[in-house]
Amino acid sequence: MRAARKKRLYLILLVVVGVGVAAALALNAFNQNLMFFYSPSEVNAGKAPPHHPFRLGGLVTDGSLKRLPNGLTVQFDVTDLQKTVSIQYTGILPDLFREGQGIVAHGQMRDDGVFVADEVLAKHDEKYMPPEVAASLKDAHDKGVTAVKAKEAGL
Amino acid sequence: MLRFFHQLGSPKHFYRIAGRWIPWLAAACAALMLIGLYQGMVVAPPDYQQGDSYRIMFIHVPSAWMSLFIYIVMAVAGAIGLIWHMKLAEVIAISSAPIGASFTFLALVTGSIWGKPMWGAWWVWDARLTSELILLFLYLGVMALYSAVEDKRTAARATAILAIVGVVNIPIIHYSVEWWNTLHQGPTVTKFGAPSIDLRMLIPLLVMAVAFKLFYATVVLMRARVEVLQRERNAQWVRELVDIS
Amino acid sequence: MTLQEFFHMGGYAVYVWSSYAIALVVLVANVVAPILQRRKLFVQLARRQRRERRES
Repeated sequence: MRAARKKRLYLILLVVVGVGVAAALALNAFNQNLMFFYSPSEVNAGKAPPHHPFRLGGLVTDGSLKRLPNGLTVQFDVTDLQKTVSIQYTGILPDLFREGQGIVAHGQMRDDGVFVADEVLAKHDEKYMPPEVAASLKDAHDKGVTAVKAKEAGL
Repeated sequence: MLRFFHQLGSPKHFYRIAGRWIPWLAAACAALMLIGLYQGMVVAPPDYQQGDSYRIMFIHVPSAWMSLFIYIVMAVAGAIGLIWHMKLAEVIAISSAPIGASFTFLALVTGSIWGKPMWGAWWVWDARLTSELILLFLYLGVMALYSAVEDKRTAARATAILAIVGVVNIPIIHYSVEWWNTLHQGPTVTKFGAPSIDLRMLIPLLVMAVAFKLFYATVVLMRARVEVLQRERNAQWVRELVDIS
Repeated sequence: MTLQEFFHMGGYAVYVWSSYAIALVVLVANVVAPILQRRKLFVQLARRQRRERRES
């Protein structure tokens, strides 16, 4: 390769690497702001901004969904399998909302530790399968859980 | 073989060779699209949680893949044009821009339409969606910059630099769902490990992905041929073409 | 699936079909654009070459 071409090639590589490094540094500095939501553990550790709206994301804990006496408000727990936060929400829940499902709620922390949400979005996973496959997976999972419980009970 | 590449570098030969390939690429593209669409829209089963709405995937995901792929082609072609001063590389680079922008737009719009019933929002500023939007701005920036500069040589160089600098956005888009908490879920196919998608859904997805690549090949050659005619309009072979048209 | 099911898309018809409609428009536009550009260019160049021949 001729000297001039080699020089241009190296210059381009230098630019790409340089921009890459600059971007990495910038993104690292803004890292927390780029997070779309905080997890219950992060909220528990005080990482979420106090007295300010933010987004909280996690899985809806099984059996935690309750409808409050006023009829329109629901309450449910959200967990990251380490810490749990209680959410209260008045409004329409997305189609995909159900216990065990991921959600991302926007709102603010109340003084009593309950997160009052003004928006609840569903976050689904990257798995795609037909209903019968999902059913048989769930069936196998339930059978496995039963087997483990039976073993623990000493049967 | 070497003569093939040498000839390809000549605009006149590229014009002729590309003209022969286009009908075949177009036919293959059309065939695969029909097969992919039939498999995806009729044969593939519904999803256990998203129902039939997931079928938007057969447009959304290949579009998103193309938006990244075409950008890389555009940046590499731009770099080749910069380093080797190769006219054809400059032509391919600028011909790719509007096509890449189209697929980026399509990915964003179909994603938005899909997001409304599934997530409950038309748009969120999470890292995946935001970085893909920035990609659209990069494409539009390349197109705007090119038309703003009078001399095509200089225009090609300036846009190549812009495209190369913007390449950093590509890994950001791809890894955004892993590096940061996002609403958009993680990768289903483009990851190490088995794809987490039923085979009956995966196959039409891959067929559509190939069909979209063939579409890009067809259309970029069509655009490139026009760009070549523009640049070489004073050449004898172009004059002769015009005369017999 | 039946034809009715095909159009109904499990209740998501509006979302699915508008996505596909927009995709169709985008793809067709990408095919038509270079064809029109090429036609326009040939008209331009033909006109220019005719003019040059008259002037010479």
